Amino acid sequence: MARMKFLCDADRCINCNACVTACKNENEVPWGINRRRVVTINDGKPGERSVSMACMHCTDAPCAAVCPVSCIFPTEEGVVLHSKDLCIGCGYCFYACPFGAPQYPRIGNFGSRGKMDKCTYCAGGGGNEETGSAEEYKKYGANRLAQGKLPLCAEMCSTKSLLAGDGDIIAEIYKERVLKRGYGSGAWGWMTAYHEKIPV
Amino acid sequence: MLARIRHALAPLVFLTMLSIVLQADAQQTNPNAPVSPDASAVNEQTLLQEESRILGRIDIPDKRAGVLIQPAGREWDHFHEVTLRWLGAIVILGMIALLALAYVVLGKIRISAGRSGRKVLRFSGFERFSHWLTAVSFVVLGLTGLNITFGKLLLLPIVGPETFSAFSQISKYAHNFVSFSFVAGLVLIVALWVGDNIPKQVDIDWLKQGGGFIKSKHAPAGRFNAGEKMVFWFALGAGAAVIVSGLLLLFPFYFANIAGMQIAQVVHAIVAVLFIAVILAHIYIGTVGMEGAFEAMGTGEVDLHWAEEHHDLWLAEALAKERSAKPSGQPTPAPAK
Repeated sequence: MARMKFLCDADRCINCNACVTACKNENEVPWGINRRRVVTINDGKPGERSVSMACMHCTDAPCAAVCPVSCIFPTEEGVVLHSKDLCIGCGYCFYACPFGAPQYPRIGNFGSRGKMDKCTYCAGGGGNEETGSAEEYKKYGANRLAQGKLPLCAEMCSTKSLLAGDGDIIAEIYKERVLKRGYGSGAWGWMTAYHEKIPV
Repeated sequence: MLARIRHALAPLVFLTMLSIVLQADAQQTNPNAPVSPDASAVNEQTLLQEESRILGRIDIPDKRAGVLIQPAGREWDHFHEVTLRWLGAIVILGMIALLALAYVVLGKIRISAGRSGRKVLRFSGFERFSHWLTAVSFVVLGLTGLNITFGKLLLLPIVGPETFSAFSQISKYAHNFVSFSFVAGLVLIVALWVGDNIPKQVDIDWLKQGGGFIKSKHAPAGRFNAGEKMVFWFALGAGAAVIVSGLLLLFPFYFANIAGMQIAQVVHAIVAVLFIAVILAHIYIGTVGMEGAFEAMGTGEVDLHWAEEHHDLWLAEALAKERSAKPSGQPTPAPAK
């Protein structure tokens, strides 16, 4: 089975935030929750780069390891899902996540956190809800993967900077790009997420 | 002759250098020169070598999201899943083993002279309330805290994921809210007992004589002996550490960034594990470890012989005070109706 990954080609990202908007709209994410975000490094300086970032669906996901109730797990396709029925909102996955992916609705005073929400790779949820059901959509958002579609953020990226799909295939696409244009600032986060670089 | 040649050559050398500089400058500004779009591009590896995290500008209000990559998350995960587990298991199980050994070797420390049947008030009702407020809070915090680290190993396989999650959810809230009663209890304890816990010469002698561990003789001690004083100061220090780090965790990202939160958790966990071990020893000596000790915190009154053997200096003071308080044997006046 394919190992699903995200890849952001920072040399193409124009910080348009369409991926952020697409994600929010497709999954009807509540206010204050950002499953995807765009971070600009060296903003306004020569060589600035923008990187679109969400859950990278890590290999040996640290969130899954650290979760005190073991509610986070990788699927056969390497997509890291979680069960909101089991989540206790302790916030540990945010400390462990190298990419700041987990989000928590504020449900009370001070720092009390609700059930964690994060990018599901548009693959529904890790609970007991039926695939593609309305209950699943309400809790976790779209299940595009079950319909044979890729995450909407990558699908509607205007510069095709953000790539989603089989890790080997998107790595090959990126490699070809870098060889053709003669430069590339690398697949951001791949070393941390997947313990690998894309050899060019 | 040489000097003159050098003088003549100097302007020539200068001109040559100037032309090189100008040439280089012209090359840089030459619009026809090939453009390298990533010449000054930021690079992930370089950024991570300079700093442990990659930070950037973000358009959304949540400024935490400006941290793009923090590989330290994996290190923190390793601490929580591997280091902390081993540390916790070794320290806590080690202490239990040590106490079991103490029980086997020393047995219950008896009142050598037997019970006298006469009671002396050691802790007032308010002192006992303060102690038990802290103690009950500590037990709740300790168990719910251990659940976060060890629950999924020990409890989850037994009760199943649904029950375990429901329990852990309650545990989380209990831990968050009981923390405040722990703070209140600790503040009361410190206020009540700090005066009696100032280290004195007698404590050094007490330690030199082997404290309470040599059964045949009883070293002199005031209201608190050196061992109790050490527990007191440890509880104050460790308590302060868990309170400060705990507040940082209770109010996430109010006062600390991601690195600060990770450090707060590490400090909280390590200090808490040591705290639990020390308190286990405290519980042991206050219950099964020593005859007559529990009464001090139970009813508040201890046996006269117990006080003579363990806190002779305090007993002398307490009896002297008692005598001076009612010189003519008058009962305390009843409150006006």
